[in-house]
Amino acid sequence: MKTETAAEQHPAKGERQHRLASSAYWVEAVKKWLWIIVRFVLIFGISFVILYPILLKLSISFKNMNDLYDPTVIWVPRTLTLENFKLVFTAMNYPSILMNTMFLSSVVMILQTITCVLAGYGFARIKFRGSNLLFAGVVFTILVPSQTIMIPLYLNFKNFDLFGIIELFRGSPINLINTYWPFIISSMLGMGVKTGLYVYIFRQFFRGIPREIEEAAYVDGAGYFTTFRKVILPNAIPSMVTVMLFSFVWQWNDSFFTNMYLNEPKVMSSMMSSSGYAIATHLSGGGAAALSLTQDPFFMSMMMNTSVLMAILPLIILYLFVQRHFVESVERSGLVG
Amino acid sequence: MKIKKLSLEQKNRYYGLYFILPWFAGFLLLFLVPLIASFRYSMSKLEVTNEGFTLDFIGFANFREALFSHESYVRTLTESVMDIAVNTPLIIIFSLFFAVILNQKFRGRVLARAIFFLPVILASGIIASIESGDLMQSVVKSANDTTGGGLSVMKNLELTIMLIESGMSPILVEYLMGAVSRIYEIVSQSGVQILIFLAGLQSISPSLYEAAKIEGSTGYEAFWKITFPMISPLILTNLVYTIIDSFISDQTSRLVVDTAFKSFNFGLSAAMSWMYFAVIALVLWVTTALVSRKVFYQD
Repeated sequence: MKTETAAEQHPAKGERQHRLASSAYWVEAVKKWLWIIVRFVLIFGISFVILYPILLKLSISFKNMNDLYDPTVIWVPRTLTLENFKLVFTAMNYPSILMNTMFLSSVVMILQTITCVLAGYGFARIKFRGSNLLFAGVVFTILVPSQTIMIPLYLNFKNFDLFGIIELFRGSPINLINTYWPFIISSMLGMGVKTGLYVYIFRQFFRGIPREIEEAAYVDGAGYFTTFRKVILPNAIPSMVTVMLFSFVWQWNDSFFTNMYLNEPKVMSSMMSSSGYAIATHLSGGGAAALSLTQDPFFMSMMMNTSVLMAILPLIILYLFVQRHFVESVERSGLVG
Repeated sequence: MKIKKLSLEQKNRYYGLYFILPWFAGFLLLFLVPLIASFRYSMSKLEVTNEGFTLDFIGFANFREALFSHESYVRTLTESVMDIAVNTPLIIIFSLFFAVILNQKFRGRVLARAIFFLPVILASGIIASIESGDLMQSVVKSANDTTGGGLSVMKNLELTIMLIESGMSPILVEYLMGAVSRIYEIVSQSGVQILIFLAGLQSISPSLYEAAKIEGSTGYEAFWKITFPMISPLILTNLVYTIIDSFISDQTSRLVVDTAFKSFNFGLSAAMSWMYFAVIALVLWVTTALVSRKVFYQD
């Protein structure tokens, strides 16, 4: 805003000389350039702060054992090695963990988006006495920390039963802990990670779409759901992309629910919290040499860094592809109301 | 004829309910019922057995235990609240400032934006918690400090002295210096906030700025007279978001989880989480009550 002064246009020649002579022009020019420099320094500095841990991890993960104890090596390792990656790859059982996480995050993402887009649309359109109270429920789900309802949810899924129907057939309720069902059920019913926020985003967005569009569709003989599918939904794609991204990423990073519902580290985020242990058990098969390695805190730290890097690598790759879309879609998604 | 028209309108009012149904089922089964159950647990002693669990009603004993005899609950809770009181204003100011900068046109804006939103993806949950306790990173950091960074500490000190001598209050200086040294923490928590602010800035009509420029306003004036009031509803939104977000990932919540799943004291954990929720609600209520009076709504 500040920088878009009229000085950017090319004035006529005579006018230009006149301008150069006036001191106001120079003051303006200096101000402009000063701001550009300050801005550059600020952005560069903060970008560095953000990228620093990733760069550090990259540097550490390529290091060799000898480099760890070499005081002259700080950033660039003397001998580049892929050993760390190989070790973590096998110790973490990386391919299967990656597949599991991908599967879980994608399923949760799709189910959550569907439920939330429906609910958001519904909340934008209902208008009767008490409808505000219903929406207050959504806000309430955002406000109440998941820790408050964690124990009943856990016990609920441990002895899962739907109004006694399952017990009628099997004789006992099912134990859904350590399966993906708790995630699928809660995301299908719109109660997953931060789902209230998604409903809120969609409601804000649909409130901006005029009712006349729907009415035109009704006049043409479309039902409520046909109208929704054919008229409303295509308009909602930007905000759907936003919600899908958020939902995917937050499910990927969520360690609270994954640690609660899964006993074994099956997915990336719960693997992360126990990766040190996993690497230690993997190495301890190798005899005395390996044992000394696992007792070396530097080595274990190097392994941890490598494993964190490998855990976020898929996300970073994903982000590189969608980040442009991400920013634009948030701008258009009606997040702002 | 009149009655028929009314009924259609009524129908139009209620059809939205069909769309809400799946969410509402989840709200009842996975939120409201567990919430009530959790309240019951907080009032009782819960024993997990093979067939399920048993409940013994013991009144407020769990609450009393958390408040008066638990070794760290009260301290952790006050620390969490203090942290939030310190960090939230910083996060809001920081993210608004950088949203304004990222909204300007300059070369490399796309790249800068991409980097600034990286914390949305990376700095949540487990990754951040591993980072804070990492040995290797602190070693490299200290190596950096001894090679060249030793000076930076001195500079910081000098700046502090200079600011205090120039007449700023020591409390404010300390706060600012604390903010500088915790910059990573602040940056990593403000990704979503920058995103929301940026989206808000895009929705301000450029004609407002144009009119202001014709009237002879500077960029500084335009910020305080146009940008700030127009963005103020989002400041409230971001405030609420920041508070909730920082409460979710702090020490107290970890303590609550550990009490439940490490020491298997479910009743105590439920009582802790209820008091925790009460504190969050109180903090949110106070901030919204204070801020919403200043918020400017265009319509």
